[in-house]
Amino acid sequence: MRPEHPPEFPLAVHDLTVAYHRKPVLWDVDLNIPDGSLAGIVGPNGAGKSTLLKACLDLIPATSGEALIYGKPYAEQRDLIAYVPQRESVDWDFPVSAQDVVAMGTYRKLGWFKRIGTTQKKQALAALEQVGIGHLANRQISQLSGGQQQRVFLARALVQDAQIYFMDEPFAAVDAATEQAIIELLQSLNARGKTVLCVHHDLATVSRYFDHLVLLNMRVVASGPTPETFTRENLQKTYGGKLNLLDDVAQALKNVGRP
Amino acid sequence: MNWTANDLHIILVGTLCALACALPGTFLLLRRMSMMGDAISHAVLPGLAIAFLISGSRASWWMFFGAAIAGVLTALFTQWITRFGKVERGAAMGIVFTTLFAIGLILIKQSADHVDLDPACVLYGALEYTPLDLVTLFETAEHLIQVPRAALVIAATLLFNILIIALFFKEFTLASFDPSLAKTQGFRPMLMHYLLMTMVAVTTVASFEAVGSIIVIAMLIVPPATAFLLTRRLPILIATSLIVAVLSALLGHLSSQALPHLLGLPETTSSGMMATATGVLFLLAWVFGPEGLMRQNSGELKKPEHLIDLDEPKALEKH
Amino acid sequence: MDLEILRETLLLEQHNTRIVVISVALLGGTAGLIGSFLLLRKQSLLGDALSHATLPGIGIAFALMSAMGLSGKSLPGLLTGATITGLIGVLLVLAIRRSTRLKDDAAMGIVLSVFFGLGVAILNMVQKIPGQSSAGLDSFIYGSTASMVWSDFCLIIVTLLVTSVMTILILKELTLLCFDPDFASVDGWPTLRLDVILMGLVTAVTVVGLQAVGLILIIAFLITPPTAARFWTDDLKKLLWISTMIGAVSGWLGASISALYSNLPAGAIIVISASFIFLVSMIFGRARGVLPRYLRHLKLQKKVGRQHLLRSTFEILENTQSEAPLKNIPISMELLRKHRYWSKGELPRLIRQARAEDHIERQPSGELRLSESGFGEASRITRNHRLWEMYLIKHADIAPSHVDRDADMVEHLLGAEIVHQLEAELELAKSDIKSPHAI
Repeated sequence: MRPEHPPEFPLAVHDLTVAYHRKPVLWDVDLNIPDGSLAGIVGPNGAGKSTLLKACLDLIPATSGEALIYGKPYAEQRDLIAYVPQRESVDWDFPVSAQDVVAMGTYRKLGWFKRIGTTQKKQALAALEQVGIGHLANRQISQLSGGQQQRVFLARALVQDAQIYFMDEPFAAVDAATEQAIIELLQSLNARGKTVLCVHHDLATVSRYFDHLVLLNMRVVASGPTPETFTRENLQKTYGGKLNLLDDVAQALKNVGRP
Repeated sequence: MNWTANDLHIILVGTLCALACALPGTFLLLRRMSMMGDAISHAVLPGLAIAFLISGSRASWWMFFGAAIAGVLTALFTQWITRFGKVERGAAMGIVFTTLFAIGLILIKQSADHVDLDPACVLYGALEYTPLDLVTLFETAEHLIQVPRAALVIAATLLFNILIIALFFKEFTLASFDPSLAKTQGFRPMLMHYLLMTMVAVTTVASFEAVGSIIVIAMLIVPPATAFLLTRRLPILIATSLIVAVLSALLGHLSSQALPHLLGLPETTSSGMMATATGVLFLLAWVFGPEGLMRQNSGELKKPEHLIDLDEPKALEKH
Repeated sequence: MDLEILRETLLLEQHNTRIVVISVALLGGTAGLIGSFLLLRKQSLLGDALSHATLPGIGIAFALMSAMGLSGKSLPGLLTGATITGLIGVLLVLAIRRSTRLKDDAAMGIVLSVFFGLGVAILNMVQKIPGQSSAGLDSFIYGSTASMVWSDFCLIIVTLLVTSVMTILILKELTLLCFDPDFASVDGWPTLRLDVILMGLVTAVTVVGLQAVGLILIIAFLITPPTAARFWTDDLKKLLWISTMIGAVSGWLGASISALYSNLPAGAIIVISASFIFLVSMIFGRARGVLPRYLRHLKLQKKVGRQHLLRSTFEILENTQSEAPLKNIPISMELLRKHRYWSKGELPRLIRQARAEDHIERQPSGELRLSESGFGEASRITRNHRLWEMYLIKHADIAPSHVDRDADMVEHLLGAEIVHQLEAELELAKSDIKSPHAI
């Protein structure tokens, strides 16, 4: 066990480097996510936010380094993990209903060859109701709005009943009502002691949503509790010379009463 | 082996054909439409058959137009099914070309009694027989310079392809990399698309009789793909794929004559071996190229230049 | 006479064609089932690369069996060879895709053309081997049922049944793989192995179908039925059933017809039957067909146009009268024309439609007046529109000047239930609702 990454952390990333075709995308990423936190990964486009998430989940091979889930490799801890991919990562024309998609969250417990039965369908329906779209259970997924599709993905993660939730841009391109519903749901998960890790792109909402923050631009610029981490200096380092954006952020910072 | 004028002629035809295919093939590759080459080269069959049934002869012009039209129709039908039926492009292409090929097959079988048109000929071609049909280019008392008729046809196609690409180089490049930008700049990407498809169809048709569609598909796809593994700059990409094409034709013919003897077998068809040779060259590039398998897992990663320097936060303030 | 034989063949009453028809129909059905997953995995053309890659295997198997003094044309032997090189081809496609910058289409094209070229070269060599008749190897390229014997059919039928059962067993896993491979992988499913299993099933169907259909046309069996079925349904189970049926019917027709007319190759007839069904499905398919989609679009347009006309009329009435209650007075065509942007010829068409529905009447003066039912309808529509606008302003942080357009798009889709919800939400059910922006 590495002394700097003790096993009480739900996610500990040690010296992780990832490259596509020998071009580095993440460089020496090293961080700990504290237990029971609602954490955000924030950074400019192309900073490697989604890549970090995927590398932690073995979806992309790491060139070097490793990610540990409660001190053990991810492969041994699958039961503790739920994953919400980016909405665009799947084809929403796929011929299945919202309930079918949510029921996919039960497949792991079912195991090979067994079909879903009434229990699984009920679980799926309950999860859909929890995210507020129970009445759309039988709707084909292409007939759902973007926000509703995101809720379907969220419901699927709920069905998995995990300890740690990995979410890739859950707020991307959803309406305000859905965004509110999602954050309330994440907060309630958090209140039940679950750890939630979100890739996020909207700086204006960072300090309202997350209690732990990772600022990423190919490497970790800063990581820690949001109040200490979400500073002008750190943001400037993360976003470089994009001043227009920084001014917007400065405004956002003022609004929430932080330096 | 004995080196004869026949070998020279076969290599000449194969090389010209490889060059003619590799040119439009590069742009097919960049537009991620390599399989269109496969589809079109199968789908010209009904065009050939119908042209033959109408004209009753194997006169090249009729067959040429029939097949070229069938080729362009493949692209058109695929586009329609993709757009109106909201079907994925690969599936649409598969449906269109199998349907056309099936129609062609039936037409040919139906008229098999009085037609000397063999579907096998469309696939394999008859590269070995091209030296039998020679045209005299130039004749003096001492010298007689003859080339296969097929070489002239394919040379004309090659010239046509060079001309089109030289004329529309900028447009093709833009339409391949960024169709939406091309559209806003008034370059009509759809027009470029169909021009490219016409080039592919014409090249297929001009080549099929001599070399068969196997070579056409292979030369459309493999040399550009090989070059793609070696370079990222477009002019060098085109040049490299032309070199790979020529090498394949040369190596293909040599190995078709020499290799089987090593196994104690009779010599085999040059067109099959030319396609195989492109595959070998691709394999070499895949394994040993600058991004190849040999390099992928070896050596240190270079530290990226634009990495944020965490130790000097002051430096950034200046921006 | 001829018709009688055709009927007997189709109904499997002809003894000598029965087994051909049954096995090819079974082939079509199984291919339709497995092809559905290939389509949903967006890998349709991989079947093409696969089928072309079987050719070298056939040639090598023939040469090896001849060299060992066996009959070069033993089907199990040839198919084993085909399976081996076919799988190598598919794995190469996957490997090229993973380890280079080349995309799917190039990876498939390379494998397809190189393996096919190699196959042709090998066949050309082995056909010159003295002592073994290699006639009939060509049937693997173009397909022919004529040269097949009883044991061939048994092999085909057994393989197809095993393949179908396996597919049905792992339906759930394949669905997950096709819909969301990343999720599947994080959830602990071996996605690479599942992909290989799927390719293995596709290979099995392709290989046993080669002799009957030919390697160029076999992919139509994998692609066309599921693509056609997709037009009829949005439900995966139904899709699988319909696709299986379309495949089986095409196979049945193709095999029957070509059994009667020897110069009509089975593969080609099968493909043309399937393509015909595809064409019909693409036009008329209930779920995604072109015609039903167009009709739905027309219906929506008609509805939207009607609502635009009635709301405009209502807004004009509101604008021209200062005191409540609102009186239903005639208004001029000119006012209506100026009230909002109408495309050319749209306004007269909408008025004609509204008069036919008894919502609007033309006065002797030429002016227009809402009928009693039209007035009620117009006030209901206007009210819904404003409810929706207010909902958007309150919940979606949209500047009031931008509201009108969005509201236009969505309000036409609102059902009574949502309107009630909106009313409750905005606590405005009883009072009249004013437009949040200047009309």
